[in-house]
Amino acid sequence: MCLGIPGQVVERFSDRPDLASVDVCGVQRTVNVGLVTDEGLEVGDWVLIHVGFALSKIDEDEARASLEFLEGMGQAYADELAALSRSRIG
Amino acid sequence: MRFVDEYRDADKARALAAQIAALCQPGRRYKFMEVCGGHTHTIYKHGLEDYLPETVTLVHGPGCPVCVIPMGRVDDAIAIATRPEVTMTSFGDMMRVPGSHGSFFDAKAAGADIRMVYSPLDALETARRNPDRQVVFMAIGFETTAPSTAMTLLRAEAEGIENFSVFCNHVTIIPAIKAILDSPDLRLDGFLGPGHVSTVIGCRPYRWIAAQHHKPLVVAGFEPLDILQAVYQLLAQLAEGRCEVENQYKRVVPWDGNATALKVVNQVMELRPHFEWRGLGFISHSALKLRERYASFDAEVRFPVPGVRVADPKACQCGEVLKGVLKPWECKVFGTACTPENPIGTCMVSSEGACAAYYNFGRFTRVRVREAVRA
Ligand code: SF4
Repeated sequence: MCLGIPGQVVERFSDRPDLASVDVCGVQRTVNVGLVTDEGLEVGDWVLIHVGFALSKIDEDEARASLEFLEGMGQAYADELAALSRSRIG
Repeated sequence: MRFVDEYRDADKARALAAQIAALCQPGRRYKFMEVCGGHTHTIYKHGLEDYLPETVTLVHGPGCPVCVIPMGRVDDAIAIATRPEVTMTSFGDMMRVPGSHGSFFDAKAAGADIRMVYSPLDALETARRNPDRQVVFMAIGFETTAPSTAMTLLRAEAEGIENFSVFCNHVTIIPAIKAILDSPDLRLDGFLGPGHVSTVIGCRPYRWIAAQHHKPLVVAGFEPLDILQAVYQLLAQLAEGRCEVENQYKRVVPWDGNATALKVVNQVMELRPHFEWRGLGFISHSALKLRERYASFDAEVRFPVPGVRVADPKACQCGEVLKGVLKPWECKVFGTACTPENPIGTCMVSSEGACAAYYNFGRFTRVRVREAVRA
């Protein structure tokens, strides 16, 4: 729950500005981006995702470093990704 | 050492370790608390204490949201969950937390409709798909998750979803740090500040710790090098006679936090006069409840809850562990009566709990071996 997972924004939706399609480890997920859009959010930006919400924008280097770190965490990270993949955010 | 095998940055870690050792004043002992369970996890997973001089101790703090939920609140949640019209939704971490008559898992096995979700938005989707059920979201967590609960509730309101409510157990980190600083049991030299909580609240709210308690605090990231770097910054401040709030995790944490997140939390929630923390007792203004205006989404208003305070089991020493007074393996039931499979206390439940972190990474055997060798 407290793990932040990095993902890269691949699509914004004009009818739902609070949602975005985000690539997380090669798989596209719908994520709520309503907490990080005030300063602008563009396709290609990286965000840190907590419980289905992007909580902060991060730069690409940080995203790669934290992905490597999370992969090293093993089970806890696998569980978080599995939970994210079952999620039906809308 | 696992750290060395896994990280090509091992050289950097060794260099930092040498700098850390050089900053320690001879004869002085240092005790730093890492407030956040995520840090505890990293410290034990990578054996970071082996990189620190013996005079530097890291003690674990109360920053694991699952660990601090008191028995009485679990009982209240189960009372709601076992109502025939209710579907309870919860993060997976919460499922094994023991109440006085078992956990969510036990209640589910006995027939209650309890479902695990990844996000509060999944709970809302469950409500959309099951209009004939009363769907309740068990909201837990520090400032990291409170904004997501608030956003979800605003969405439910906007869509007019009436069969959705929130059982709010969100807690706030600052009063917990204050309770620890006020407790006479422990003398600390500084804090590693929580990384993700600070993404939301920023670094300003910690300034009183430096100003009034004269302790340095360094907000830290979650990688092994982040933590070593933060320890270095704490020691450098002490060596130079400074007490300040510093941000080691600048690449993620903005100094002012996330204004939007703070705004939605404040719109939907307000501070409770007091809230019980497992092991720590009642702490004033340390938790959030839904504002009056959102009472129709408040599970505590919608359903009767017993609200009975339940004392922790006698064998349980989670309070001492959460305050950093005891190391996990010093608890009498650690690894025997209390294991991740059958937890007595909450610190054994979440992977961010200090006891689970020790247990999972076999750390306690190493410590014991080391002590046995010395004896
Ligand atoms: S071993 Fe179990 S009872 Fe003892 S402090 Fe840890 S979680 Fe609590």
